[in-house]
Amino acid sequence: MSKPKAGFYWCASCGGCEESVVDLAEDLIAVVTAIDFVFFPCAMDFKREDVEAMKDGEIAVCFINGAVRSSEQFEMVELLRKKSQLIIAYGSCAHMGGIPGLANLYDLESILKRVYTETESTDNPSGTRPLPQTTVPGGKLTLPTLDESVKSLDQVIPVDYYIPGCPPPTPLLKAAVEAVLSGKLPPKGTVLAPDIALCKECPRIDSKPEDLAIKAFKRPHEIDIDPEKCLLAQGLLCLGPGTRSGCGAACIKGNMPCTGCLGPVSRVHDHGGATMAALASLLEATEEDQIVSAIESVPDPVGTFYRYGVPGSLLFRKHTTSGNGGH
Amino acid sequence: MSNLSLPQAAAGNGGFEPRIVAFFCNWCTYTASDLAGISRMTYAPNTRVIRVMCSGRIEPQLILAALRKGADGVLIGGCHPGDCHYQVGNYKCLRRFKLLKRYFEQMGIEPERVRLEWIAASEGDKVQKVTNEMVEQVRKLGPLNLAEAPKPHHQAAACAVAAEGAVS
Repeated sequence: MSKPKAGFYWCASCGGCEESVVDLAEDLIAVVTAIDFVFFPCAMDFKREDVEAMKDGEIAVCFINGAVRSSEQFEMVELLRKKSQLIIAYGSCAHMGGIPGLANLYDLESILKRVYTETESTDNPSGTRPLPQTTVPGGKLTLPTLDESVKSLDQVIPVDYYIPGCPPPTPLLKAAVEAVLSGKLPPKGTVLAPDIALCKECPRIDSKPEDLAIKAFKRPHEIDIDPEKCLLAQGLLCLGPGTRSGCGAACIKGNMPCTGCLGPVSRVHDHGGATMAALASLLEATEEDQIVSAIESVPDPVGTFYRYGVPGSLLFRKHTTSGNGGH
Repeated sequence: MSNLSLPQAAAGNGGFEPRIVAFFCNWCTYTASDLAGISRMTYAPNTRVIRVMCSGRIEPQLILAALRKGADGVLIGGCHPGDCHYQVGNYKCLRRFKLLKRYFEQMGIEPERVRLEWIAASEGDKVQKVTNEMVEQVRKLGPLNLAEAPKPHHQAAACAVAAEGAVS
């Protein structure tokens, strides 16, 4: 009997998602025994032509990580959607836009200008930019173009399931593979992780006071962090109250606050909005000037509350078009 | 208030009529807007008032959803400090509001599109004044015109629940 076929593709990502597959360790043997990887650019030598030669729906399940911005990524995910029965958005970038999604705070031209003209290490006196097409003696060379904004995978193609995390915790991957193989899958669109907030599974929950009354937010390097006590109670910006669990509180166990990589629970529509609401409410100050100075102790609201999800947020990208012609 | 009649006002900015979502708390500001009504005070008709039990119920998601759904500005009214029916809801609102405004600065949204005011149940005239000021302020800014966000596939009515019906 032929084994179900699987793909594992990357778009705008760092390779950490692939690393999480290797983290399956001995379980990886069981996975490759049960399924056949037919496309896995990071690990195996299959080409786009091999995918194009497949029948529609031939791949049982394709995991796609990374955000989508280049024309090549758009083409590849559309091709893989056609060839796959199930598409699983794998990791924060495919799920919500991820770290590459922070590029939505800038317009494309400023990014290109910064990279190809302005950076301290740029030496480009003729101002050359990558061209979609270049003619050389041997023929024509092509490069992908970039879209104006970074998108999450489900903003480009229909996605069946999501496995969140940066990178996804290995137990979530293992459980998802088992669910796919057994056919015991939840309704389409489900994020394959527990639908409760991280605080619920946090080993420090008992040290979380009823009333946190935070005076000012602290950054990890500014204090000597108590390894037993609730990080919020120590003034750290821990996104646990508004972030989905499923990671086993890995960062908390490493004595670092949650940065929100698993995204929100299903009832939340804007992860950053929900975590801003949760954390700002916990401040002790009641006088307006005290509140303002406490809020000033948050160094970078977007980078703190939307670190993994600008494209997936309600605002999607930095706004430039208001009024009568922008500002 | 004839100077706010629609045709004249519309002439100011290419016929643009701001759409403002106003979240008023049940105990103070909504009661004040009732008072303004029964006192027959007139004010700009551009707000869609949504009554909430407490300004502490207003969180960034609701404001973001209102803007995403087509509002040009959001006005929030709550009880004066010390007067909250639930003791501390208005302080929570203020803290979130200050943080949200910093987020707006980073995201290129003019902070003047959102306004928080403490309006007691007896201050019907303040509802009138604040609403008129807010409408004029947003009129000057012009329409928000948020860039359209790609609709997520398979994410059933993602932001629909939060603001459905808030903006017509």
